[in-house]
Amino acid sequence: MPKARGFDGEENEDEDRVGRPQVAAMTSTGDAALSVSGLTLNFGGLRALSDVGFDVAEGSITAIIGPNGAGKTSLFNCISGFYRPQAGAIRFEGRDISRLHPPERARLGLARTFQNIALFRGMTVLDNIKLGRHVHMRTNLLDGLIYWGRAQREEIEVRAEIEERVIDFLEINHIRNHPVASLAYGLRKRVELARALAMRPKILMLDEPVAGMNREETEDMARFILDVKEEWGVTILMVEHDMGLVMDISDHVVVLNFGQVIARGAPAEVTADEQVIRAYLGAGDIGQLKARIAGTEAA
Amino acid sequence: MRIGALKDSYGADQALFDTAVQRLWLALGAVALLAFPFAANDYWLYLACLVGIHIVSTTGLNILTGYTGLVSLGQAAFMGVGAYVVALAETKLGTPFLLNLLAAGLVTAMVGMVVGVPSLRVKGLYLAIATIAASFILHFVFQNWTTVTGGTRGLSIPPAQLFGLELARPFALYWVITPLTCIMVLAAANLFRTRIGRAFIAIRDRDISAEVLGIPLLRYKLMSFGLSSFYAGVAGGLWAYFFRVVTPESFPFVYSIFFLAAVIVGGMGTILGGILGAVFMTLVPEALKLVVGLLSPWMPNAVALLSPVRTIVFGALIIGFLILEPHGLAEIWRRIRRFFHLWPFKT
Repeated sequence: MPKARGFDGEENEDEDRVGRPQVAAMTSTGDAALSVSGLTLNFGGLRALSDVGFDVAEGSITAIIGPNGAGKTSLFNCISGFYRPQAGAIRFEGRDISRLHPPERARLGLARTFQNIALFRGMTVLDNIKLGRHVHMRTNLLDGLIYWGRAQREEIEVRAEIEERVIDFLEINHIRNHPVASLAYGLRKRVELARALAMRPKILMLDEPVAGMNREETEDMARFILDVKEEWGVTILMVEHDMGLVMDISDHVVVLNFGQVIARGAPAEVTADEQVIRAYLGAGDIGQLKARIAGTEAA
Repeated sequence: MRIGALKDSYGADQALFDTAVQRLWLALGAVALLAFPFAANDYWLYLACLVGIHIVSTTGLNILTGYTGLVSLGQAAFMGVGAYVVALAETKLGTPFLLNLLAAGLVTAMVGMVVGVPSLRVKGLYLAIATIAASFILHFVFQNWTTVTGGTRGLSIPPAQLFGLELARPFALYWVITPLTCIMVLAAANLFRTRIGRAFIAIRDRDISAEVLGIPLLRYKLMSFGLSSFYAGVAGGLWAYFFRVVTPESFPFVYSIFFLAAVIVGGMGTILGGILGAVFMTLVPEALKLVVGLLSPWMPNAVALLSPVRTIVFGALIIGFLILEPHGLAEIWRRIRRFFHLWPFKT
């Protein structure tokens, strides 16, 4: 390992050694809603994440930032269960969920949105949002075929709840019967948030919630995210490039670079961090760059 | 003039037929179906029964291919399974008619779920090939498991008995096939108003986000295969009672393509599409036959000359639909409805 990188790694290990017992202690008091430790993910010879660890405090907004290719979305995919990390643990309210499949994690209360909107194009806004309630509904195949009776009762209950809690909240009443494919980009993002909220999640993971939005749409989204946190008490973990938004609304920031955590803390602390500035703006020291390149080849 | 439909409860908003006009048309349709057997001759009743059987099977395939996005070319083979189950139950066990149909559906559903196992790993064309393979295996079984299936000679079935009545002629079978078709189509329509149906569509549209929402892919894909095969099995059972002889050649591979074409021509992922597609695919060849027959007074050898042309015209019609109306007949119907929505004030 080259010097620069080795230093980072050691620092992380040190923190983890201190951090792990803390995690155990925290879970008993219920402070960390989500805790990631020692997460390492390789794609063949490429190391996407190495020894990533951080805690997400319950009821907070935690932002993950970092340059392109830093491993933010890979980290999200590990947490929601699409990637199987080679090492490390993901704890959800103290319970190790590393071995669970995505649907099982959803059932526990982990919801997410995608960077490039993953709505169901063939359905209306309302049906998309109803799908968020899927795991909490009981209708089985036979009930569904018969419909009248149990299935109908449940459908109406869910409809009422979605209308009153989600659709009104996100101000999308006017488009509820529109097919998703006909909506503008900003509205689609909002519908995806609505679908995630319909899950009544404990933790909401947002992958670039305001990417590609104009100023007004960004402000709307920021307001919704804050309202979700405050009114619903949902813990939020988000990946975002819009530094203005990150600094304004997040309580805690984790900075990733080349698959490693290089800084974490309150927004103001992180922006002042030497390494973060270097990661974003580049370092003047050519020797360090050489060392880093040599390091990636060695890995 | 109607400008909208006022609903004051969520239940009313989620009804299948939500306007009075729709209910009126539905009632008229029901009356027409009831009156049809008294007005039609045996040939038309034969066609009506065949259309009913095809609607059941096409709706089944539509659940799998149109709604869940899993392309299957095994529908005819599944119908074959249902037909053999009915033939065996009727001749060997002598169990009642409706029970036999149910058994045909359930056995076929199980076969379908086994065939569906590869669907977790393979999609699209690859899955289509896997289902072709399964249908050839089933065909081989029909042909060579002589002790059970009677080999190439097949099995013959006595007429169905229901409430002491013998259902031998199309007139009698019509009264069984039509209600069963209506019930099964209605059940499918119902399903897509509930979480299970939505999960199927979710898998078709974006399987990754379906998983994130807590939909286990394998379970739902197998459920879709099972349900689709259940429909095929019941259709096959009705087919067996209708034609009363089941041989391996009754369910050729082309028949599977017939159903896939019906789903595409009718409109993938719409209940109405399954109905219209089955009607189109069954009746258009007959209509073309009729046209050729009408020409014979002027062209004495029209039947001999134009029969091959008939097949070409049928093929051209299908291609025409694919190019001009990729969303199928159901889309045309929707356009007609929109046109008359505010007619004659706005067209």
